Amino acid sequence: MKQAMMKDFSKDFPILKNVIYLDNGATSLTPECVIEAMNKYYREFNANIHRSIHKLGEKATEEYENARIKIANFINARPNEIIFTRGTTESLNLLAYSLLNDIKGRNEIVLSEMEHHSNLVPWQQLAKEKGLKLRYIKHNLNEVINDKTLVVSVTHVSNVIGVRNDIKKIADIAHSKGALVIVDAAQSIPHMKIDVKELGIDFLAFSGHKMLGPTGVGVLYGRAGLLDKMKPFLFGGEMISRVSFNESEWNDIPFKFEAGTPNIAGVIGLGKAVEYLNDIGMDNIESHCKELVKYCYEKLKEIQDIEIYSSKNSSLISFNIKNIHSHDVAAILDKHNIAVRAGHMCAMPLVHDILKQSAIVRASFYFYNTKDDADELIEGIKKVKEVFA
Amino acid sequence: MNESMDPNWLGEDDIYRENILDHFKEPRNFGEIENPSFAHTGLNPVCGDTIRLFVRLDKDKKIKEAKFKGRGCAISIASASMLTEHINGKTIEEIKTMQKEELLELLGIKLGIVRIKCGLLSLNTLLKGIEVMEEENEIRN
Repeated sequence: MKQAMMKDFSKDFPILKNVIYLDNGATSLTPECVIEAMNKYYREFNANIHRSIHKLGEKATEEYENARIKIANFINARPNEIIFTRGTTESLNLLAYSLLNDIKGRNEIVLSEMEHHSNLVPWQQLAKEKGLKLRYIKHNLNEVINDKTLVVSVTHVSNVIGVRNDIKKIADIAHSKGALVIVDAAQSIPHMKIDVKELGIDFLAFSGHKMLGPTGVGVLYGRAGLLDKMKPFLFGGEMISRVSFNESEWNDIPFKFEAGTPNIAGVIGLGKAVEYLNDIGMDNIESHCKELVKYCYEKLKEIQDIEIYSSKNSSLISFNIKNIHSHDVAAILDKHNIAVRAGHMCAMPLVHDILKQSAIVRASFYFYNTKDDADELIEGIKKVKEVFA
Repeated sequence: MNESMDPNWLGEDDIYRENILDHFKEPRNFGEIENPSFAHTGLNPVCGDTIRLFVRLDKDKKIKEAKFKGRGCAISIASASMLTEHINGKTIEEIKTMQKEELLELLGIKLGIVRIKCGLLSLNTLLKGIEVMEEENEIRN
Protein backbone atom coordinates (compact mmCIF):
# COMPACT_ATOMS: atom_id res chain seq x y z
CA MET A 1 0.00 0.00 0.00
CA LYS A 2 1.15 3.49 -0.80
CA GLN A 3 0.83 4.74 2.76
CA ALA A 4 3.88 6.95 2.65
CA MET A 5 2.17 9.88 0.99
CA MET A 6 -0.26 10.39 3.86
CA LYS A 7 1.13 11.92 7.02
CA ASP A 8 -0.22 11.36 10.50
CA PHE A 9 -3.26 13.59 10.88
CA SER A 10 -4.13 12.70 14.45
CA LYS A 11 -2.84 16.01 15.84
CA ASP A 12 -5.29 17.89 13.60
CA PHE A 13 -8.22 15.65 14.62
CA PRO A 14 -8.11 15.02 18.39
CA ILE A 15 -11.15 12.70 18.23
CA LEU A 16 -9.00 10.17 16.36
CA LYS A 17 -7.20 9.42 19.63
CA ASN A 18 -10.36 7.83 21.04
CA VAL A 19 -12.00 6.13 18.09
CA ILE A 20 -11.48 4.49 14.73
CA TYR A 21 -13.81 6.68 12.75
CA LEU A 22 -15.26 4.96 9.69
CA ASP A 23 -18.50 6.92 9.35
CA ASN A 24 -17.17 9.65 7.09
CA GLY A 25 -20.02 9.18 4.63
CA ALA A 26 -22.35 10.51 7.34
CA THR A 27 -20.09 13.35 8.41
CA SER A 28 -16.37 13.97 8.43
CA LEU A 29 -14.37 15.06 11.44
CA THR A 30 -13.46 18.72 11.86
CA PRO A 31 -9.79 19.72 11.97
CA GLU A 32 -8.50 22.13 14.61
CA CYS A 33 -7.77 24.85 12.03
CA VAL A 34 -11.44 24.91 10.95
CA ILE A 35 -12.67 25.10 14.55
CA GLU A 36 -10.11 27.86 15.16
CA ALA A 37 -11.24 29.85 12.09
CA MET A 38 -14.84 29.77 13.34
CA ASN A 39 -13.86 30.66 16.90
CA LYS A 40 -11.86 33.60 15.56
CA TYR A 41 -14.99 35.05 13.99
CA TYR A 42 -16.89 34.88 17.29
CA ARG A 43 -13.93 36.10 19.37
CA GLU A 44 -12.45 38.77 17.14
CA PHE A 45 -14.79 40.11 14.46
CA ASN A 46 -18.32 38.99 15.30
CA ALA A 47 -20.56 41.23 13.19
CA ASN A 48 -23.26 40.99 10.58
CA ILE A 49 -22.16 41.06 6.95
CA HIS A 50 -22.96 43.32 3.99
CA ARG A 51 -24.60 46.01 6.12
CA SER A 52 -22.53 47.08 9.11
CA ILE A 53 -20.38 50.13 8.37
CA HIS A 54 -17.76 49.50 11.01
CA LYS A 55 -14.43 47.70 11.17
CA LEU A 56 -15.89 44.49 12.55
CA GLY A 57 -18.58 44.38 9.87
CA GLU A 58 -16.04 44.98 7.14
CA LYS A 59 -13.73 42.25 8.42
CA ALA A 60 -16.61 39.76 8.73
CA THR A 61 -17.86 40.57 5.21
CA GLU A 62 -14.37 40.22 3.80
CA GLU A 63 -13.80 36.83 5.43
CA TYR A 64 -17.24 35.57 4.35
CA GLU A 65 -16.75 36.65 0.75
CA ASN A 66 -13.19 35.28 0.72
CA ALA A 67 -14.63 31.90 1.63
CA ARG A 68 -16.99 32.19 -1.34
CA ILE A 69 -14.04 32.86 -3.65
CA LYS A 70 -12.10 29.86 -2.27
CA ILE A 71 -15.08 27.58 -2.75
CA ALA A 72 -15.73 28.92 -6.26
CA ASN A 73 -12.12 28.22 -7.21
CA PHE A 74 -12.36 24.75 -5.67
CA ILE A 75 -14.98 23.70 -8.25
CA ASN A 76 -13.93 26.07 -11.08
CA ALA A 77 -16.96 28.37 -10.80
CA ARG A 78 -17.35 32.11 -10.43
CA PRO A 79 -18.00 33.53 -6.93
CA ASN A 80 -21.45 34.84 -7.87
CA GLU A 81 -22.43 31.28 -8.81
CA ILE A 82 -21.90 30.05 -5.22
CA ILE A 83 -24.98 30.21 -2.98
CA PHE A 84 -24.63 29.31 0.69
CA THR A 85 -27.37 27.10 2.10
CA ARG A 86 -27.79 24.88 5.16
CA GLY A 87 -26.64 21.81 3.27
CA THR A 88 -27.21 19.58 0.28
CA THR A 89 -30.83 19.03 1.30
CA GLU A 90 -31.63 22.75 1.30
CA SER A 91 -29.73 23.27 -1.97
CA LEU A 92 -31.85 20.61 -3.67
CA ASN A 93 -35.08 21.89 -2.13
CA LEU A 94 -34.22 25.37 -3.38
CA LEU A 95 -33.92 23.98 -6.89
CA ALA A 96 -37.12 21.95 -6.67
CA TYR A 97 -38.93 25.11 -5.64
CA SER A 98 -37.27 27.74 -7.82
CA LEU A 99 -36.82 25.89 -11.10
CA LEU A 100 -40.54 25.59 -11.65
CA ASN A 101 -40.74 28.94 -13.38
CA ASP A 102 -39.55 27.47 -16.59
CA ILE A 103 -41.52 24.32 -17.32
CA LYS A 104 -42.59 25.13 -20.90
CA GLY A 105 -44.39 21.94 -21.75
CA ARG A 106 -41.79 19.70 -20.20
CA ASN A 107 -43.27 17.48 -17.53
CA GLU A 108 -40.77 14.76 -16.64
CA ILE A 109 -38.14 14.66 -13.91
CA VAL A 110 -35.39 12.07 -14.23
CA LEU A 111 -33.55 10.61 -11.23
CA SER A 112 -31.33 7.59 -10.68
CA GLU A 113 -32.40 4.67 -8.50
CA MET A 114 -29.55 5.31 -6.08
CA GLU A 115 -30.62 8.73 -4.86
CA HIS A 116 -30.40 9.74 -1.22
CA HIS A 117 -33.80 10.78 0.15
CA SER A 118 -32.68 14.42 -0.17
CA ASN A 119 -32.56 14.14 -3.96
CA LEU A 120 -35.72 12.05 -4.18
CA VAL A 121 -38.37 13.33 -1.77
CA PRO A 122 -38.30 17.00 -2.97
CA TRP A 123 -38.83 15.91 -6.60
CA GLN A 124 -41.38 13.26 -5.69
CA GLN A 125 -43.47 15.78 -3.76
CA LEU A 126 -43.08 18.42 -6.48
CA ALA A 127 -44.22 15.88 -9.06
CA LYS A 128 -47.31 15.04 -7.00
CA GLU A 129 -48.17 18.68 -6.49
CA LYS A 130 -47.65 19.81 -10.08
CA GLY A 131 -48.74 16.67 -11.90
CA LEU A 132 -45.26 15.93 -13.23
CA LYS A 133 -43.90 12.49 -13.98
CA LEU A 134 -40.98 11.00 -12.06
CA ARG A 135 -38.77 8.68 -14.11
CA TYR A 136 -35.79 6.60 -13.04
CA ILE A 137 -32.67 5.81 -15.04
CA LYS A 138 -32.18 2.09 -15.51
CA HIS A 139 -30.15 1.09 -18.58
CA ASN A 140 -32.03 3.44 -20.84
CA LEU A 141 -30.38 6.86 -20.72
CA ASN A 142 -31.35 7.79 -24.28
CA GLU A 143 -34.96 6.76 -23.76
CA VAL A 144 -35.59 8.04 -20.25
CA ILE A 145 -34.08 11.46 -21.03
CA ASN A 146 -36.10 12.95 -23.87
CA ASP A 147 -37.68 16.18 -25.08
CA LYS A 148 -40.24 16.02 -22.26
CA THR A 149 -37.49 16.04 -19.62
CA LEU A 150 -37.46 19.17 -17.50
CA VAL A 151 -34.56 18.22 -15.30
CA VAL A 152 -32.17 15.34 -14.68
CA SER A 153 -31.07 15.27 -11.04
CA VAL A 154 -28.56 12.57 -10.14
CA THR A 155 -26.06 11.72 -7.47
CA HIS A 156 -22.41 11.85 -8.46
CA VAL A 157 -21.40 9.02 -6.12
CA SER A 158 -23.85 6.73 -4.30
CA ASN A 159 -23.73 6.92 -0.50
CA VAL A 160 -24.72 3.24 -0.33
CA ILE A 161 -22.92 1.37 -3.10
CA GLY A 162 -20.14 3.85 -3.85
CA VAL A 163 -20.84 3.73 -7.57
CA ARG A 164 -19.79 6.82 -9.51
CA ASN A 165 -22.16 7.96 -12.22
CA ASP A 166 -20.85 9.13 -15.58
CA ILE A 167 -22.02 12.72 -15.15
CA LYS A 168 -20.40 14.00 -18.34
CA LYS A 169 -22.32 11.48 -20.43
CA ILE A 170 -25.60 12.14 -18.61
CA ALA A 171 -25.11 15.91 -19.00
CA ASP A 172 -24.34 15.58 -22.72
CA ILE A 173 -27.50 13.60 -23.36
CA ALA A 174 -29.64 15.85 -21.16
CA HIS A 175 -28.40 19.03 -22.80
CA SER A 176 -28.89 17.60 -26.28
CA LYS A 177 -32.57 17.16 -25.31
CA GLY A 178 -32.76 20.63 -23.74
CA ALA A 179 -33.04 19.43 -20.12
CA LEU A 180 -31.25 20.87 -17.08
CA VAL A 181 -28.70 18.85 -15.12
CA ILE A 182 -28.37 18.84 -11.32
CA VAL A 183 -25.68 16.86 -9.51
CA ASP A 184 -25.79 15.85 -5.85
CA ALA A 185 -22.10 15.93 -4.92
CA ALA A 186 -22.49 15.37 -1.17
CA GLN A 187 -20.51 12.11 -1.32
CA SER A 188 -18.14 12.96 -4.17
CA ILE A 189 -16.78 16.41 -3.36
CA PRO A 190 -14.96 15.31 -0.17
CA HIS A 191 -13.13 12.70 -2.21
CA MET A 192 -12.25 13.97 -5.67
CA LYS A 193 -11.47 16.99 -7.79
CA ILE A 194 -14.68 18.44 -9.21
CA ASP A 195 -14.72 20.88 -12.11
CA VAL A 196 -18.24 22.02 -12.95
CA LYS A 197 -17.20 23.25 -16.38
CA GLU A 198 -15.55 19.98 -17.26
CA LEU A 199 -18.58 17.99 -16.06
CA GLY A 200 -20.76 20.31 -18.14
CA ILE A 201 -23.52 20.58 -15.54
CA ASP A 202 -25.97 23.32 -14.60
CA PHE A 203 -26.19 22.88 -10.82
CA LEU A 204 -24.14 21.20 -8.10
CA ALA A 205 -25.28 20.69 -4.50
CA PHE A 206 -23.06 19.72 -1.57
CA SER A 207 -22.64 19.94 2.21
CA GLY A 208 -19.80 21.42 4.21
CA HIS A 209 -19.83 18.89 7.03
CA LYS A 210 -18.79 15.93 4.88
CA MET A 211 -15.67 17.82 3.72
CA LEU A 212 -14.19 18.89 7.08
CA GLY A 213 -16.49 21.90 7.49
CA PRO A 214 -19.12 22.44 10.18
CA THR A 215 -22.71 21.21 10.02
CA GLY A 216 -25.35 23.69 8.89
CA VAL A 217 -23.48 25.02 5.86
CA GLY A 218 -23.87 23.84 2.31
CA VAL A 219 -23.48 25.11 -1.19
CA LEU A 220 -25.53 25.36 -4.32
CA TYR A 221 -23.58 26.10 -7.46
CA GLY A 222 -25.64 27.27 -10.42
CA ARG A 223 -24.71 28.68 -13.82
CA ALA A 224 -25.05 32.46 -13.51
CA GLY A 225 -27.39 32.76 -16.50
CA LEU A 226 -29.80 30.27 -14.95
CA LEU A 227 -29.65 31.67 -11.41
CA ASP A 228 -30.43 35.12 -12.80
CA LYS A 229 -33.71 33.84 -14.24
CA MET A 230 -34.81 31.81 -11.20
CA LYS A 231 -37.23 33.08 -8.60
CA PRO A 232 -35.96 33.41 -5.00
CA PHE A 233 -36.57 30.53 -2.59
CA LEU A 234 -36.67 32.51 0.67
CA PHE A 235 -37.71 36.13 1.07
CA GLY A 236 -36.42 38.68 3.57
CA GLY A 237 -33.39 40.81 4.28
CA GLU A 238 -30.26 40.81 2.13
CA MET A 239 -31.99 39.24 -0.88
CA ILE A 240 -33.66 42.50 -2.00
CA SER A 241 -32.36 45.59 -3.76
CA ARG A 242 -35.34 47.81 -3.06
CA VAL A 243 -38.53 47.37 -1.03
CA SER A 244 -41.64 49.56 -0.89
CA PHE A 245 -44.89 48.84 0.93
CA ASN A 246 -46.29 47.06 -2.11
CA GLU A 247 -43.37 45.94 -4.27
CA SER A 248 -39.88 44.47 -3.98
CA GLU A 249 -36.98 44.12 -6.36
CA TRP A 250 -34.41 41.34 -6.01
CA ASN A 251 -30.74 41.73 -5.29
CA ASP A 252 -28.14 40.33 -7.72
CA ILE A 253 -27.00 36.72 -7.51
CA PRO A 254 -25.87 35.11 -5.32
CA PHE A 255 -27.46 37.41 -2.69
CA LYS A 256 -30.93 36.96 -4.20
CA PHE A 257 -30.80 33.43 -2.76
CA GLU A 258 -29.30 34.26 0.64
CA ALA A 259 -32.16 35.77 2.64
CA GLY A 260 -31.49 36.56 6.28
CA THR A 261 -28.26 36.52 8.23
CA PRO A 262 -26.37 33.45 7.06
CA ASN A 263 -24.19 31.02 9.01
CA ILE A 264 -21.21 33.39 8.85
CA ALA A 265 -18.85 31.42 11.06
CA GLY A 266 -19.84 28.22 9.28
CA VAL A 267 -19.06 29.67 5.85
CA ILE A 268 -15.69 30.90 7.09
CA GLY A 269 -15.04 27.42 8.51
CA LEU A 270 -15.91 25.80 5.20
CA GLY A 271 -13.52 28.17 3.43
CA LYS A 272 -10.77 27.01 5.77
CA ALA A 273 -11.72 23.37 5.18
CA VAL A 274 -11.32 23.83 1.42
CA GLU A 275 -7.87 25.33 2.00
CA TYR A 276 -6.93 22.30 4.12
CA LEU A 277 -8.17 19.88 1.47
CA ASN A 278 -6.26 21.75 -1.25
CA ASP A 279 -3.07 21.42 0.78
CA ILE A 280 -3.40 17.63 0.89
CA GLY A 281 -4.56 17.43 -2.73
CA MET A 282 -7.84 15.91 -3.86
CA ASP A 283 -6.09 13.33 -6.06
CA ASN A 284 -4.08 12.11 -3.06
CA ILE A 285 -7.25 11.85 -0.98
CA GLU A 286 -9.05 9.89 -3.69
CA SER A 287 -6.28 7.38 -4.25
CA HIS A 288 -5.62 6.88 -0.52
CA CYS A 289 -9.27 6.09 0.28
CA LYS A 290 -9.63 3.79 -2.72
CA GLU A 291 -6.51 1.86 -1.72
CA LEU A 292 -7.88 1.35 1.79
CA VAL A 293 -11.22 0.16 0.43
CA LYS A 294 -9.58 -2.26 -2.02
CA TYR A 295 -7.51 -3.66 0.84
CA CYS A 296 -10.58 -4.03 3.05
CA TYR A 297 -12.64 -5.51 0.25
CA GLU A 298 -10.14 -8.32 -0.34
CA LYS A 299 -9.86 -9.09 3.38
CA LEU A 300 -13.61 -9.02 3.82
CA LYS A 301 -14.16 -11.40 0.93
CA GLU A 302 -12.07 -13.99 2.77
CA ILE A 303 -14.48 -14.03 5.72
CA GLN A 304 -17.38 -16.44 5.47
CA ASP A 305 -20.99 -15.23 5.37
CA ILE A 306 -20.15 -11.68 4.29
CA GLU A 307 -22.17 -10.12 1.51
CA ILE A 308 -20.67 -6.96 -0.03
CA TYR A 309 -22.95 -4.52 -1.86
CA SER A 310 -20.61 -1.67 -2.80
CA SER A 311 -18.17 -1.04 -5.61
CA LYS A 312 -14.56 -2.08 -4.99
CA ASN A 313 -13.51 1.16 -6.66
CA SER A 314 -14.87 3.58 -4.07
CA SER A 315 -14.16 5.12 -0.68
CA LEU A 316 -16.74 3.09 1.20
CA ILE A 317 -17.66 -0.52 1.78
CA SER A 318 -21.24 -1.66 2.41
CA PHE A 319 -21.96 -5.15 3.62
CA ASN A 320 -23.93 -7.49 5.81
CA ILE A 321 -23.01 -10.54 7.81
CA LYS A 322 -25.48 -13.30 7.16
CA ASN A 323 -28.12 -13.63 9.89
CA ILE A 324 -26.72 -10.75 11.93
CA HIS A 325 -28.55 -7.44 11.86
CA SER A 326 -26.51 -4.37 10.89
CA HIS A 327 -27.42 -2.65 14.18
CA ASP A 328 -25.89 -5.51 16.10
CA VAL A 329 -22.76 -5.40 13.96
CA ALA A 330 -22.41 -1.65 14.51
CA ALA A 331 -23.07 -1.91 18.26
CA ILE A 332 -20.43 -4.59 18.77
CA LEU A 333 -17.90 -2.71 16.61
CA ASP A 334 -18.69 0.34 18.73
CA LYS A 335 -17.74 -1.66 21.82
CA HIS A 336 -14.34 -1.96 20.18
CA ASN A 337 -14.29 1.79 19.48
CA ILE A 338 -14.95 1.45 15.76
CA ALA A 339 -17.63 3.80 14.43
CA VAL A 340 -19.54 2.61 11.36
CA ARG A 341 -23.02 3.32 10.03
CA ALA A 342 -25.88 0.83 10.14
CA GLY A 343 -29.35 1.22 8.70
CA HIS A 344 -30.98 2.17 5.40
CA MET A 345 -28.52 5.03 4.71
CA CYS A 346 -31.37 7.41 3.85
CA ALA A 347 -31.76 5.55 0.58
CA MET A 348 -34.64 3.20 1.35
CA PRO A 349 -35.69 2.50 -2.26
CA LEU A 350 -32.18 1.32 -3.14
CA VAL A 351 -31.56 -0.67 0.06
CA HIS A 352 -35.03 -2.23 0.39
CA ASP A 353 -36.19 -2.64 -3.20
CA ILE A 354 -32.98 -3.24 -5.10
CA LEU A 355 -30.49 -4.70 -2.61
CA LYS A 356 -33.44 -6.44 -0.86
CA GLN A 357 -31.97 -5.70 2.57
CA SER A 358 -33.77 -4.14 5.52
CA ALA A 359 -30.55 -2.48 6.62
CA ILE A 360 -26.82 -2.65 5.89
CA VAL A 361 -23.47 -1.79 7.49
CA ARG A 362 -21.31 0.88 5.90
CA ALA A 363 -17.67 1.67 6.65
CA SER A 364 -16.69 4.89 4.90
CA PHE A 365 -13.08 6.06 4.82
CA TYR A 366 -11.30 9.39 4.65
CA PHE A 367 -7.72 10.52 4.21
CA TYR A 368 -6.98 10.35 7.96
CA ASN A 369 -7.83 6.66 8.12
CA THR A 370 -4.99 4.19 7.98
CA LYS A 371 -4.33 0.59 7.07
CA ASP A 372 -4.36 -0.13 10.82
CA ASP A 373 -7.95 1.15 10.93
CA ALA A 374 -8.85 -1.24 8.13
CA ASP A 375 -7.20 -4.13 10.00
CA GLU A 376 -9.08 -3.22 13.19
CA LEU A 377 -12.34 -3.25 11.25
CA ILE A 378 -11.63 -6.72 9.90
CA GLU A 379 -10.73 -8.00 13.37
CA GLY A 380 -13.86 -6.35 14.78
CA ILE A 381 -16.04 -8.10 12.22
CA LYS A 382 -14.54 -11.43 13.23
CA LYS A 383 -15.40 -10.63 16.86
CA VAL A 384 -19.01 -9.84 15.88
CA LYS A 385 -19.24 -13.27 14.29
CA GLU A 386 -17.93 -14.85 17.50
CA VAL A 387 -20.63 -13.20 19.62
CA PHE A 388 -23.36 -14.61 17.37
CA ALA A 389 -21.66 -17.96 16.69
CA MET B 1 -15.95 8.07 26.29
CA ASN B 2 -18.49 8.18 29.04
CA GLU B 3 -22.25 8.15 29.28
CA SER B 4 -22.75 11.89 28.94
CA MET B 5 -20.65 12.12 25.80
CA ASP B 6 -21.97 9.18 23.89
CA PRO B 7 -25.64 8.98 22.85
CA ASN B 8 -25.15 5.33 21.93
CA TRP B 9 -23.78 4.49 25.35
CA LEU B 10 -24.79 0.99 26.11
CA GLY B 11 -23.83 0.79 29.73
CA GLU B 12 -21.03 -1.11 31.37
CA ASP B 13 -22.71 -4.42 30.82
CA ASP B 14 -22.37 -6.29 27.61
CA ILE B 15 -25.68 -5.85 25.79
CA TYR B 16 -25.19 -9.09 23.92
CA ARG B 17 -25.53 -11.17 27.03
CA GLU B 18 -26.79 -14.72 27.06
CA ASN B 19 -30.52 -14.08 27.55
CA ILE B 20 -30.72 -11.59 24.68
CA LEU B 21 -28.90 -13.86 22.26
CA ASP B 22 -31.08 -16.76 23.39
CA HIS B 23 -34.31 -14.86 22.68
CA PHE B 24 -32.87 -13.60 19.36
CA LYS B 25 -31.77 -17.00 18.12
CA GLU B 26 -34.93 -18.76 19.29
CA PRO B 27 -37.62 -16.14 19.63
CA ARG B 28 -40.68 -17.22 21.66
CA ASN B 29 -44.14 -16.77 20.17
CA PHE B 30 -42.76 -16.18 16.69
CA GLY B 31 -45.48 -16.47 14.06
CA GLU B 32 -48.98 -15.36 13.23
CA ILE B 33 -52.35 -15.70 14.92
CA GLU B 34 -55.26 -16.36 12.61
CA ASN B 35 -58.23 -14.06 13.24
CA PRO B 36 -56.55 -12.10 16.03
CA SER B 37 -58.46 -9.65 18.23
CA PHE B 38 -56.07 -7.11 16.82
CA ALA B 39 -52.78 -6.90 14.94
CA HIS B 40 -50.50 -3.98 14.36
CA THR B 41 -47.30 -3.23 12.47
CA GLY B 42 -44.63 -0.97 13.95
CA LEU B 43 -41.70 0.61 12.14
CA ASN B 44 -38.29 1.45 13.53
CA PRO B 45 -37.28 4.63 11.66
CA VAL B 46 -33.63 4.16 12.51
CA CYS B 47 -33.26 1.13 10.28
CA GLY B 48 -36.62 0.62 8.58
CA ASP B 49 -37.25 -2.68 10.35
CA THR B 50 -40.84 -3.67 11.00
CA ILE B 51 -42.50 -5.88 13.57
CA ARG B 52 -46.07 -7.15 13.30
CA LEU B 53 -47.79 -8.09 16.56
CA PHE B 54 -50.85 -10.33 16.78
CA VAL B 55 -52.98 -10.48 19.93
CA ARG B 56 -55.93 -12.67 20.91
CA LEU B 57 -58.02 -11.59 23.89
CA ASP B 58 -60.30 -13.77 25.99
CA LYS B 59 -63.82 -12.78 27.02
CA ASP B 60 -62.48 -10.84 30.03
CA LYS B 61 -60.26 -8.71 27.78
CA LYS B 62 -57.21 -10.48 29.06
CA ILE B 63 -54.42 -11.45 26.71
CA LYS B 64 -54.78 -15.10 25.85
CA GLU B 65 -52.07 -15.24 23.23
CA ALA B 66 -49.59 -12.84 21.63
CA LYS B 67 -47.32 -13.56 18.69
CA PHE B 68 -45.05 -11.54 16.44
CA LYS B 69 -43.40 -11.59 13.07
CA GLY B 70 -40.73 -9.48 11.46
CA ARG B 71 -37.06 -8.85 10.97
CA GLY B 72 -34.89 -6.85 13.26
CA CYS B 73 -31.75 -6.59 15.29
CA ALA B 74 -31.06 -8.78 18.33
CA ILE B 75 -32.39 -6.10 20.68
CA SER B 76 -35.71 -5.59 18.90
CA ILE B 77 -36.34 -9.30 18.36
CA ALA B 78 -35.37 -10.25 21.92
CA SER B 79 -37.57 -7.49 23.29
CA ALA B 80 -40.56 -8.62 21.21
CA SER B 81 -39.98 -12.21 22.29
CA MET B 82 -39.84 -11.25 25.97
CA LEU B 83 -42.82 -8.92 25.68
CA THR B 84 -45.10 -11.56 24.17
CA GLU B 85 -44.24 -13.86 27.08
CA HIS B 86 -44.59 -11.13 29.67
CA ILE B 87 -48.05 -9.85 28.69
CA ASN B 88 -49.76 -13.21 28.72
CA GLY B 89 -52.75 -13.06 31.07
CA LYS B 90 -52.57 -9.30 31.56
CA THR B 91 -55.58 -7.07 30.93
CA ILE B 92 -55.60 -4.30 28.33
CA GLU B 93 -55.75 -1.76 31.15
CA GLU B 94 -52.69 -3.28 32.82
CA ILE B 95 -50.78 -3.07 29.55
CA LYS B 96 -51.81 0.52 28.95
CA THR B 97 -50.27 1.53 32.26
CA MET B 98 -47.19 -0.60 31.73
CA GLN B 99 -44.05 1.51 32.04
CA LYS B 100 -41.33 1.17 29.44
CA GLU B 101 -38.90 0.46 32.27
CA GLU B 102 -40.72 -2.82 32.85
CA LEU B 103 -39.69 -4.09 29.42
CA LEU B 104 -36.19 -2.66 29.72
CA GLU B 105 -35.81 -4.48 33.02
CA LEU B 106 -36.73 -7.72 31.32
CA LEU B 107 -34.04 -7.04 28.73
CA GLY B 108 -31.71 -6.35 31.63
CA ILE B 109 -29.51 -3.88 29.77
CA LYS B 110 -29.12 -0.15 29.52
CA LEU B 111 -29.84 1.29 26.08
CA GLY B 112 -28.74 4.64 24.66
CA ILE B 113 -31.00 7.24 23.06
CA VAL B 114 -30.68 5.71 19.58
CA ARG B 115 -30.79 2.02 20.43
CA ILE B 116 -33.74 2.43 22.81
CA LYS B 117 -35.98 2.67 19.73
CA CYS B 118 -35.04 -0.94 18.99
CA GLY B 119 -35.69 -2.01 22.58
CA LEU B 120 -39.12 -0.38 22.74
CA LEU B 121 -40.36 -1.11 19.19
CA SER B 122 -42.46 -4.09 20.33
CA LEU B 123 -44.08 -2.27 23.26
CA ASN B 124 -44.82 0.83 21.21
CA THR B 125 -46.33 -1.33 18.49
CA LEU B 126 -48.52 -3.09 21.06
CA LEU B 127 -49.72 0.20 22.60
CA LYS B 128 -50.48 1.68 19.18
CA GLY B 129 -52.36 -1.49 18.25
CA ILE B 130 -54.51 -1.19 21.39
CA GLU B 131 -55.19 2.48 20.60
CA VAL B 132 -56.31 1.67 17.05
CA MET B 133 -58.50 -1.22 18.26
CA GLU B 134 -60.20 0.99 20.85
CA GLU B 135 -60.79 3.75 18.30
CA GLU B 136 -62.37 1.25 15.95
CA ASN B 137 -64.56 -0.13 18.73
CA GLU B 138 -65.72 3.37 19.57
CA ILE B 139 -66.71 4.02 15.98
CA ARG B 140 -68.59 0.72 15.83
CA ASN B 141 -70.46 1.46 19.07
